[in-house]
Amino acid sequence: MRFDDEPVPGYSLPILPGHVSPGRLERVLRAGKFAITAELDPPDSADPAEVLKRAAIFDGYVDAINATDGSGANCHMSSVGVCSLLTRVGYATIMQISCRDRNRIAIQGEILGAAAMGACNILCLTGDGVQAGDHPQAKPVFDLDSMSLLEIARGMRDDCRFQSGRKIDMPPRVFLGAAENPFVPPYDWRPHRLAKKVAAGAQFIQTQYCFDIDRLKQFMAKVGDLGLLEGPKRVHILVGVGPLASAKSALWIRQNVPGVHIPDAVIERLQGASKQKEEGKRLCLDLLQEIREIKGVSGAHIMAYRQEESVAEIIQASGVLEGRVPWYPGRDNPAQLNPESPDALGHSEQALSD
Amino acid sequence: MYKVRHWVVRHSRVFESLYRCFEPLLVKLHPLWKRLGYARVEAPMRAVEKGVKGLLFDCQMCGQCVLSSTGMACPMNCPKTLRNGPCGGVRSDGHCEVKPEMKCVWVEAWAGSQNMRHGERIHVVQQPVDYRLRGSSSWLSVVREQAQRNNGDEQ
Ligand code: SF4
Repeated sequence: MRFDDEPVPGYSLPILPGHVSPGRLERVLRAGKFAITAELDPPDSADPAEVLKRAAIFDGYVDAINATDGSGANCHMSSVGVCSLLTRVGYATIMQISCRDRNRIAIQGEILGAAAMGACNILCLTGDGVQAGDHPQAKPVFDLDSMSLLEIARGMRDDCRFQSGRKIDMPPRVFLGAAENPFVPPYDWRPHRLAKKVAAGAQFIQTQYCFDIDRLKQFMAKVGDLGLLEGPKRVHILVGVGPLASAKSALWIRQNVPGVHIPDAVIERLQGASKQKEEGKRLCLDLLQEIREIKGVSGAHIMAYRQEESVAEIIQASGVLEGRVPWYPGRDNPAQLNPESPDALGHSEQALSD
Repeated sequence: MYKVRHWVVRHSRVFESLYRCFEPLLVKLHPLWKRLGYARVEAPMRAVEKGVKGLLFDCQMCGQCVLSSTGMACPMNCPKTLRNGPCGGVRSDGHCEVKPEMKCVWVEAWAGSQNMRHGERIHVVQQPVDYRLRGSSSWLSVVREQAQRNNGDEQ
């Protein structure tokens, strides 16, 4: 899909009528296209080239890139730093903000800074507990929770006010998102909790990894009953998927990563395969295609930790983009390529044949 | 105490009713509090509140009680002090991500709210905690607000 006004890197797009942000993700979702977002693994480094290299892997396959905020309570480059680097060359970013590490003063400042740097989407998260990460001795902050964070962010955007009531001159034009995990208890509350997030300001949702289609279907049906899939309370739901590297790593994730539900059947399927890594990708592809068919699902969020290079292949094979090529630096004007992309570095044969 | 707190949540409806009788009573006593001076009553009231609610709910004295909106489970016992529902890390057995030996506060809260007459209050978005009120008596501040509102209506 092409809009007549694709971005000039570093400049924001006009805000379309009825939209809240100048971003491409909101445009794609509101146009009713199946959107793809992917998570960038932020480097343990201050090297900007590393960020651009990691983004280039997704060129042509994703509508927006998630910049994680100390995910798993591990220390990495900050989400606002990653977003700033990416928006400079034109990528659409989703800046994650977790309530674990900062209080409301820091978070509101960060929202303004990120919006000024061109981040158009913000994902409001509670955050994993510090016990899960590499600094278990750190002080957990949790001054806000994801819900109050959403409300504050919406107030900043729509009422031009900080939580204190003090006026903001130019509000952050951001599309607001939140996370949901339909796959952990209390199951019957999860759809209502989503409704609460929508009431607090969420316009899109990215879910935790889905390996259980039946549970997802039940969840989506309930969300539909609550009137959240159409009309004024419409929320765009992107379902989380990702390739598992092996049965062993699936077991490890199930044990050690908070909130990831992997049914036994999935682990058995991997165990039974001769090439487990390939089977993991096929499983991801199957899930993606099944998710595509579920009524009310607006897209998929791909978390391919340490397997980022397989994302393009999986999306390509699944056909969920239906021939659409999401914008990337250099798509329309090769002179504006991401300087760290293989094409720009002359490493790709495709660059020649194009 | 962990055991007492579970028992309370299982009987959330009873405690909801108790609270509904107790609050107007405290409000009725407003002239007395006023005569004694709210500032002077604060310390003894805080002590009573801390003792009673500490025993029943493992109350953490946030100063802005929301028990009636959270199925009578104190949200400040959630290690992330969430006020609006469970995080995404709840274990499949319903236990807490951070403290596996404890049942998730919000799994309890949901169950508690299902027994209550006004269980739907759990769906209302709660404001973040005002840290200035930490350690103060929430009973007294509710009473004072309520009394002010009532007086305002009369005038
Ligand atoms: S699992 Fe429940 S009690 Fe534990 S941190 Fe999450 S919401 Fe709080």
